[in-house]
Amino acid sequence: METENIFTVKNLTKDFGTNKVLKGIDLTVNVGEVVSIVGASGSGKSTFLRCLNLLEEPTGGTILYRGENILDKNFDLSKYRAKIGMVFQQFNLFNNMNVLKNCMIGQQKVLGRSKEEAKNKALYYLEKVGMKDYINAKPRQLSGGQKQRVAIARALSMDSEVILFDEPTSALDPEMVGEVLMVMKNLAESGMTMLVVTHEMQFAKDVSSRVIFMDGGVVAEDSTPEIIFNNPKNLRTKEFLRRVLNEDI
Amino acid sequence: MFFETIAKVWQTGWRQLFIGVGNTLLISLISTIIGLLIGLLIGIIRTIPQSKNPVLKVVKKIVNVILSIYIEVFRGTPMMVQARVIDWGYAFIAGGQTLPLIPSALFIVSINTGAYMAEIVRGGIISIDKGQFEGAQAIGMNHFQTMVYVVIPQVLRNILPSISNEFVINIKDTSVLNVIGVAELFYQATVLSKLTFEIFATYAIISVMYLIMTFTITRLLRLFEKLLEGKNTYTIMGSQSDPKAEIHIKSEGRDGN
Repeated sequence: METENIFTVKNLTKDFGTNKVLKGIDLTVNVGEVVSIVGASGSGKSTFLRCLNLLEEPTGGTILYRGENILDKNFDLSKYRAKIGMVFQQFNLFNNMNVLKNCMIGQQKVLGRSKEEAKNKALYYLEKVGMKDYINAKPRQLSGGQKQRVAIARALSMDSEVILFDEPTSALDPEMVGEVLMVMKNLAESGMTMLVVTHEMQFAKDVSSRVIFMDGGVVAEDSTPEIIFNNPKNLRTKEFLRRVLNEDI
Repeated sequence: MFFETIAKVWQTGWRQLFIGVGNTLLISLISTIIGLLIGLLIGIIRTIPQSKNPVLKVVKKIVNVILSIYIEVFRGTPMMVQARVIDWGYAFIAGGQTLPLIPSALFIVSINTGAYMAEIVRGGIISIDKGQFEGAQAIGMNHFQTMVYVVIPQVLRNILPSISNEFVINIKDTSVLNVIGVAELFYQATVLSKLTFEIFATYAIISVMYLIMTFTITRLLRLFEKLLEGKNTYTIMGSQSDPKAEIHIKSEGRDGN
């Protein structure tokens, strides 16, 4: 199968003052890949993900999106972000809009779609995530799992080419994790390119096509889930997995 | 005796007093709205993210300094003084020509309210969760879209009590405009008291009139707040197949996550 590069990251660094969070990340992601990014807290996973749609301004290095340098001065950031979906740990649904409007506003104002078109698209994806019955609800009236499913529908409604997930299940009650992971699994099977920062090792193992282990601001290991979980090359990966997998039991 | 005096004063001057009420309400209402718009505009400008372009960076710094000066000057001096300075300042520059009274009253109160509103809006913007901005940016909204569609509607709801507070303050503070001769309620009362020589009765009457105005406005805005709050229930769409089977789910709290 022919592979097409979607992200090429070279020597990406990010400092917060004197705190060097990312110390040179090199990574290539192809279309259709589902990449899980795992690692201990503070290893730079979320910062890396947030650099990809420039919610964080990288300190150094380059990020190419389909060959185009997104750090270029004349790069159209709005248009780019519209193509890159993002799902946050804290959902970040717009509190002043109901579920339907949350999934329509970006389509109308950023992509310039008509109200009709935006509504149809929003309903289509809300149905896919099982939230079509709640289109009139405000975010504050939903459970965490429901909110996150709406957030995924919002990203999909923009016809995103990639979706970045920043610990999508970390803020959820345990019994709501499953419904969100199920939606993500279906999405992965539909061929969507996904980068998922997660603590859900089962998801990383079963759903992703590739797992990246980050440690101390660099990619320590980058391999298939089989190798990472059964036969990791890096000592730090082994240690990390032993710790988190033991905790799971 | 007292009520007879009141009745006498009322009979002589009620028309003038109502003109005063009209002008007071007109000036305070329009100025509160314009002041709010000034405050929102300043709020949007001050939150523009730092640009990489060095020229824009400098422009932004200069604009911020100008805005700070504006806010400090108009919050830090009495409106009565501002009224005289602006009115007589204009006459000084224009060689004795004076500004028309109502427009200059609107100008003075609006620009004064704007300075306060700018700070109220700033507080409102700070109180909005950072995630709301990020959620908007992540789907490609620019700063202006983020503010107009996502942030400002939430800010407005949060600062509504402060807005109604400003409105009430403006109703009372328009009274200082008598120093430049604007025919608001206090000015009309002064004229009336000189006509009737019943100073106590005249001002007792307008105290009640001020109180009725502010009380009514506060209640109306409280009602408006309730309306904005919206319904506490929503309808699950699946139940549409059976119109009697509407399921209403009560929300847990105003901002419960």
